[in-house]
Amino acid sequence: MHYDLALPSGLMAALVPEIIVVSGAMLLLLWAVWRPESDVHQRNVAIGAAGVTLLAAAAVVYYMVSDASSGPGVIAVDRFRWASDLLFLLATLIAIALSSDFSKREGITTAESHVLILLATSGMMLLAAARDLIILFLGIELMSISVYVLAGLYRRSARASEAALKYFLLGAFSTGFLLYGIALVYGAAGSTNFTDIGRVVSERGFGALPMLQIGLALLVVGFAFKIGAAPFHMWTPDVYEGAPTPYTAYMAAGVKAAAFAAFIRVWLEAFPGTIEFGPPYKVLWWLAVATMVIGNVVALAQKNVKRLLAYSSIAHAGYILVGVLVATPLGASAFLFYLVAYTLATMGAFAVVIALEEVGERNQNVQDYAGLWRVRPWLAIAMAVFMLALLGFPIAGGMGFFAKWYILQAALDRSQFYLSVYLVLTSVVSAGYYLSVVMVMFMRPRAEGAPLPSRVPRATGIVIAATAVVLLVFGIFPSPVLRFARDNTITIAPPSAAASPRAGALVPAANSH
Amino acid sequence: MEIRAYLPLLLLMGFVIMNAVMMLGLSHLTMRSRPTAVKQSAYESGIPPLGDARERFSVKFYLVAMLFIIFDIETVFMIPWASHYRQLSCAVPLSNGLCPAGNTSFFGLGEMLVFMLILFVGLAYVWKKGALQWD
Repeated sequence: MHYDLALPSGLMAALVPEIIVVSGAMLLLLWAVWRPESDVHQRNVAIGAAGVTLLAAAAVVYYMVSDASSGPGVIAVDRFRWASDLLFLLATLIAIALSSDFSKREGITTAESHVLILLATSGMMLLAAARDLIILFLGIELMSISVYVLAGLYRRSARASEAALKYFLLGAFSTGFLLYGIALVYGAAGSTNFTDIGRVVSERGFGALPMLQIGLALLVVGFAFKIGAAPFHMWTPDVYEGAPTPYTAYMAAGVKAAAFAAFIRVWLEAFPGTIEFGPPYKVLWWLAVATMVIGNVVALAQKNVKRLLAYSSIAHAGYILVGVLVATPLGASAFLFYLVAYTLATMGAFAVVIALEEVGERNQNVQDYAGLWRVRPWLAIAMAVFMLALLGFPIAGGMGFFAKWYILQAALDRSQFYLSVYLVLTSVVSAGYYLSVVMVMFMRPRAEGAPLPSRVPRATGIVIAATAVVLLVFGIFPSPVLRFARDNTITIAPPSAAASPRAGALVPAANSH
Repeated sequence: MEIRAYLPLLLLMGFVIMNAVMMLGLSHLTMRSRPTAVKQSAYESGIPPLGDARERFSVKFYLVAMLFIIFDIETVFMIPWASHYRQLSCAVPLSNGLCPAGNTSFFGLGEMLVFMLILFVGLAYVWKKGALQWD
């Protein structure tokens, strides 16, 4: 199917998955508030939200199968978008399941949380689709504002309120940077469309446009905040620790992935070739190295599991930045593969945290997991799989190993030796905290008089089992996921063509085979 | 270059700054200072001040103010829509400010209806949630 985005009808048709999510969210919002608050009603709304997610996923799969393409326009209709959408919808489905169980345990009867997750998802999907800075901004705001509210939804918890306020203030600040960057890029290039900006960049040269350089720098600051890259990562541990755990999982997997998807598109389509030379490349290089080092080293000192996972997610942002940085088709597909593995492992790890928390969000320290192997062996095994996957351990770590392997391969392919060395060294450091969680669970005795962990709620249990099994199975047979990542990567014009005028301006939306 | 287009803006900025400096400066130069207790007191619409301004007041005002701002800002969107309605209801570019016959489109109307619907869903939610109730 070919969509003409210049026509309103064509644009609408190309936005059907987003429209499904938004209208589903609005209907659910009304339904959520029309009945008195109760746990049963909260569960029903969660099931409705899961239904909307599946419907949107079906629409996305339809577009993917029918090989949808489009003319130039404000949104992209390409396979990278559909692949990212599927990833976000997976994270959404898991988040809804976890959120429903969490609400039941903590006695939260408001059903709006599921609606807010859907609204944030629609923002993420817009981010993956954006081929215009205005759409990009719209997506970021839609996603962020919903997530600010989610972070503070649990009003009885002072920590959650603190987290929400911090997130909101810093997030609003970073959005200011992003917006200022957009304004400057618009001023320099005369357009907010990625394709047009890309044409200006390759015709006049990045070095000849100082305003564009400043604009890009500010854009990078805005994105670095959203993905939690050092030195813009300071909000991450506090917010991840304070926010209710299901929403932390959603932030760590979904929000981060969406910001990355938008970032990689801006980078490759609006600034083609800039990654090959000059200051932007160096800035991103340092950003990646600093993120890997700070995330992994500071994680070593963490006692709280949620905080530990927050620093681990910072470190992973650094690894993913390496995939972005190499800017080759191999790098982009390694990026996609990594996001799949990372989403599954992070979501699974947070699901285990939810399963082991007690009412009032207690039991979140690594020490509380001591001797878990004796009382809840399956939970301990699953957590070990997630930890090893995040570490990138072969076989037992499942897909995590191949994810890191492909990133490394993409980096070495472009002779990024120092970057590869940093990646490997910081991975070794990360063993210090991932393995310590495993060690505490399997080798430490259970604390005297520690009560048995309460029963794992059903949906949480299913999520834990499913993510662990999928990680392991695709860790042994990675080729389907690898093919998925390879087929749906963003197509990048070769660097030599990008340097010559005109050629690299428009990155074709078709697939490269 | 295009910088010339910003000249009127620069002139306006200069005028504003000059105006402010002149008003304050001239009154400062020509005034005679004879302070009294009444003159020194804070101006509160001519009524003697009742107490400290930093008083605590109900958080409900905050909610109402927030709701007002949200709906107010959203209705502001209707102004640019209204000023472009002629083009929005025409499937082809306007000629001499008029839509060539037979090209009427319902795009503009439909977009606004969708926008209003979303706004209405928000209002219905707020209403049902009881946020408009004072007690």
